[in-house]
Amino acid sequence: MFRLFGIRGGVHPEEHKHPTASRPIETLPLPERLCVPLAQHIGAPAEAVVKIGQRVLRGQLIGSGQGRVSAPVHAPASGKVVAVDDLPAPHPSGLPVLSVVIEPDGAQDDADHPVPSDPLAMAPEAIADFVSRAGIVGLGGAAFPSAVKLNLGLSGGAHTLIINGGECEPYLTCDDRLMRERAEAVIDGVRIMRHASGAEVALIGIEDNKPSAIEAMRQAAAGDDAVQVVAVPTRYPMGSEKQMVQALTGREIPAGKLSAQLGVVLHNVGTAYAVHRALRQGRPLVSRIVTVGGGAVREPRNFEVPIGTPLKALFDACGGFAETPDRVLMGGPMMGQWMPSLEVPVVKGTSGVIALTAAEVRKHPVQPCIRCSRCVEACPVGLLPLEMASRIRKSDYDAAGKLGLTDCIACGSCSWVCPSNIPLVHFFNFAKGELVARRAAEERTSGLRELAEKRQVRLEKEARIKAEKAAQRKRERQARAEAKAAAEREAKKQAREEQKQEEEA
Amino acid sequence: MYAAIIVLTVMGAGLGLGLGYAARVFRVEADPIVERIAAKLPGSQCGQCGYPGCAPAAEAIAKGEAAVTCCPPGGLVLAEQLAEIMGVELDRSAVRDADPGIAWVEESICIGCVKCLRVCPTDAIVGAPKMIHAVLPEACSGCTKCIDICPTEALRMRPIEVTLRTWRWHRPEGETRPEAAHV
Amino acid sequence: MSAPRLEGRPPQAGPHTHAPRPRLGDMALVNIALLPAALWAVYLFGWPALNLLLVTLATALLAEAASLWLAGKPVRPHLSDGSALLTGLILALSLPPWAPWWIGVVGGLFAVVVGKQIFGGLGQNIFNPAMLGRTALLVSFPLEMTAWVTPRPLFTEHAPSFVEGLRITFVGLPDLDAVTSATLLDTAKTAVDQGGTIHGATGELFAGIHAFTGLTGGSMGETSALLLALGGLFLIWRGVIGWQVPAAVLGAVALLATVFHLIDPDRYLHAGHHLLSGALVLCAFFIATDPVTSPATRLGRILFGVGVGVLVWVIRTFGGYPDGNAFAILLMNALVPLIDHYVRPRIYGRDRRGAPLDTGKEGGR
Repeated sequence: MFRLFGIRGGVHPEEHKHPTASRPIETLPLPERLCVPLAQHIGAPAEAVVKIGQRVLRGQLIGSGQGRVSAPVHAPASGKVVAVDDLPAPHPSGLPVLSVVIEPDGAQDDADHPVPSDPLAMAPEAIADFVSRAGIVGLGGAAFPSAVKLNLGLSGGAHTLIINGGECEPYLTCDDRLMRERAEAVIDGVRIMRHASGAEVALIGIEDNKPSAIEAMRQAAAGDDAVQVVAVPTRYPMGSEKQMVQALTGREIPAGKLSAQLGVVLHNVGTAYAVHRALRQGRPLVSRIVTVGGGAVREPRNFEVPIGTPLKALFDACGGFAETPDRVLMGGPMMGQWMPSLEVPVVKGTSGVIALTAAEVRKHPVQPCIRCSRCVEACPVGLLPLEMASRIRKSDYDAAGKLGLTDCIACGSCSWVCPSNIPLVHFFNFAKGELVARRAAEERTSGLRELAEKRQVRLEKEARIKAEKAAQRKRERQARAEAKAAAEREAKKQAREEQKQEEEA
Repeated sequence: MYAAIIVLTVMGAGLGLGLGYAARVFRVEADPIVERIAAKLPGSQCGQCGYPGCAPAAEAIAKGEAAVTCCPPGGLVLAEQLAEIMGVELDRSAVRDADPGIAWVEESICIGCVKCLRVCPTDAIVGAPKMIHAVLPEACSGCTKCIDICPTEALRMRPIEVTLRTWRWHRPEGETRPEAAHV
Repeated sequence: MSAPRLEGRPPQAGPHTHAPRPRLGDMALVNIALLPAALWAVYLFGWPALNLLLVTLATALLAEAASLWLAGKPVRPHLSDGSALLTGLILALSLPPWAPWWIGVVGGLFAVVVGKQIFGGLGQNIFNPAMLGRTALLVSFPLEMTAWVTPRPLFTEHAPSFVEGLRITFVGLPDLDAVTSATLLDTAKTAVDQGGTIHGATGELFAGIHAFTGLTGGSMGETSALLLALGGLFLIWRGVIGWQVPAAVLGAVALLATVFHLIDPDRYLHAGHHLLSGALVLCAFFIATDPVTSPATRLGRILFGVGVGVLVWVIRTFGGYPDGNAFAILLMNALVPLIDHYVRPRIYGRDRRGAPLDTGKEGGR
């Protein structure tokens, strides 16, 4: 039996998984337009390599990655590029992001991508290169370029690959369904990734509220000692990277470091599936499985969705809204992001799209903190949320920082339990932003001071040169004048002497 | 009675002398406060504080003649740092929160007179005579000196644009700034 | 059904759901947990006790309402949070049951206005309001605050009638000495102070079973350790309070009392006497557990509880007052910010001092 380690704190929100967990993954009909943002990942945005009016094939490169931490973007369907423009991003702010807009033609012609004959015989670096060119990023939500992580594992001498099948967020079942229906493909992806990251063993952590997925994965992995499926206790936020690493290895990722420091690399099950597709079928990451759920949705279900599909198309395919949603989120209800409109597209990191009713949101008036410390008990990181919030209320962000604000993983356990309904995570997000903004402002001020000082130096230098030139001119003038005077004197003297001679004569 | 008076007097005198001696011998040479303030100011000599430059402003702040909130380019962050140096309570509502913005050139009316180049305290404007000028946004301190001197009003201020990278969460709804509540 | 209205609304951060709201909040549950003991006290001490209880509760509520109104805060939602009621209830339970009405009024006013609202209202106070109120009364009106009567249960022979009850509360007792008696702790202290032993004093006055059920003199809340402990256990079961503080308080007192009783039984009371007499059980389960004025971490709460327990025993044994709950609580309240500063959980990925954990592997990247 595999030895598990405990995690601290955590909560147990109602799961709400049954409406979608029992239905197979369906394919979404192609929407009229696909808006594919060029920045769907952490790191530098991709650069558009297609022109307006151009026909693209499914899987064709439309944005090339820029720099070391970046990822390319591919066309999710064959069709015509109708625009390359700034469009609202799937982000709480709704600010624009440069996107390629494609009108699918329905032909679904695939771009040709070569497939290696045996990925497991390839050099690990070559696999990472494949993964990088397929545009694969972490599908759990963070969207960190996967190839960079694989290489980190390789160069850091990783011994363990952890595949995160925790899916601890309520409502979401996309990973659950993926593992149940396509376990063989996922396990194949895991094997390829284990090889690529140089790890000896791959541990697949799945919360024990998904017995069918655990069973399916165990069957698919049977006979392979290097791939182990581990059932972890169902406790939010088990699916968070830090908690999953702690539960499976008993070690904590040092603050400010990556899990590679511990010889551990962590990827999502969806990522493993994407790796399988890229290396076995030559399909870059152009679609993913998305849970459409929430109490406001008439018929919640899981879809395989082309990247760039507007959220509205997803809800329409579920029969629309049975009730007016209070809010629409990308991701789960605990850590998901508020969406500014239904026009924004599904991106690579979109695990779910949920529409919650006011009754599900349970927003109650904020009351004073009575220091009940339920947030302290719930915090999986060991912070004092109530103390940090009271500092932030007083605009003392530095003090909040000293209490560990930057270690907060924003899991929301504290806000979830707070009997006074204090929006603790909102406070922390706000204060984290303030700290960043302050650092930026300080840097800016010191940069400006440097510029001003350089200008001062320049002005002084210019003045000195000017003064020197003036002095030189003056000297020359003086010299000339002196020479002239001397000549005159000489001339006078001569004249006098001549006169003398004349007189004498 | 007399013993008590004598003891207390002797103790008082002794301790007083000791303290006075210690204050002289172990005096900590702190940075002159003016220099510490000057080191924090932007140094762009923009004059928005009402003083001819940053050094005079630093002196005025050190003397308490100017408020720690007098420097608009430094913003709230600078005001907080100065308040800490001066050991005063910061009235955050006195800080102009509105971002001064950065200058940009309306290219259709720029005549290339280079006047703005000369006044810019951070060399943020590039150009040459009879050529259209341009502002380097990262180097602009928002001092508006160029705005005042431009003969054709081709220079204008605009707020710094918020992008996905620079967007920040707002203060939670219904939470008033405590410092504003006291005003 | 209609589409959601999303545009133009300020975004909200997660989580976008919340734990189900219990029908009864923490405050309500604490009030309920105290109710049996309060009713039992009213039964034991008759109409005057009921009068005093009602006067104290009304004062606390009115003082809260007036303060909120003066501060420009909404009165109804704050008043209905049950915190003022709880302050009034705990204060009333710590008063001599036949005390005059103005004791309740002064105590209630002091507790709510000075103890809580001056600090900024619910959640802002440093000291436990009820204990602040009780302490102010004790040092200002020592005579009235130590006039303990022996229980005269309602509808029994010696119980005052309803009208007599009104007179006791609102006019005053004609002859206080005739009805008052010393509590166990008083007797013990006096005996020791006069150089005697505690045996003679306690033997006749005290039988453990009496204190357990409440058939002894004392304040309303001192009377039944059994009902109070049951109420406290109910709160622990419902997750309103942790076990740490009560266990620490009672454990500290029990340990100290046992050790010293073994050393010198003539001078030091038995642990059982300590635990069952005075307001210790009320203090351990209902006062020291006040979240506002106790530390935020589990370890901090244990330290706090031990501190309270030690101080209670020290004050009872060596101090000038026979019982020291209120002083012990206030002293430890003052230490809470210090405890919270030093006792913090270790942060994930950091050591106790806050430095990132050492992986013992350099340049792993």
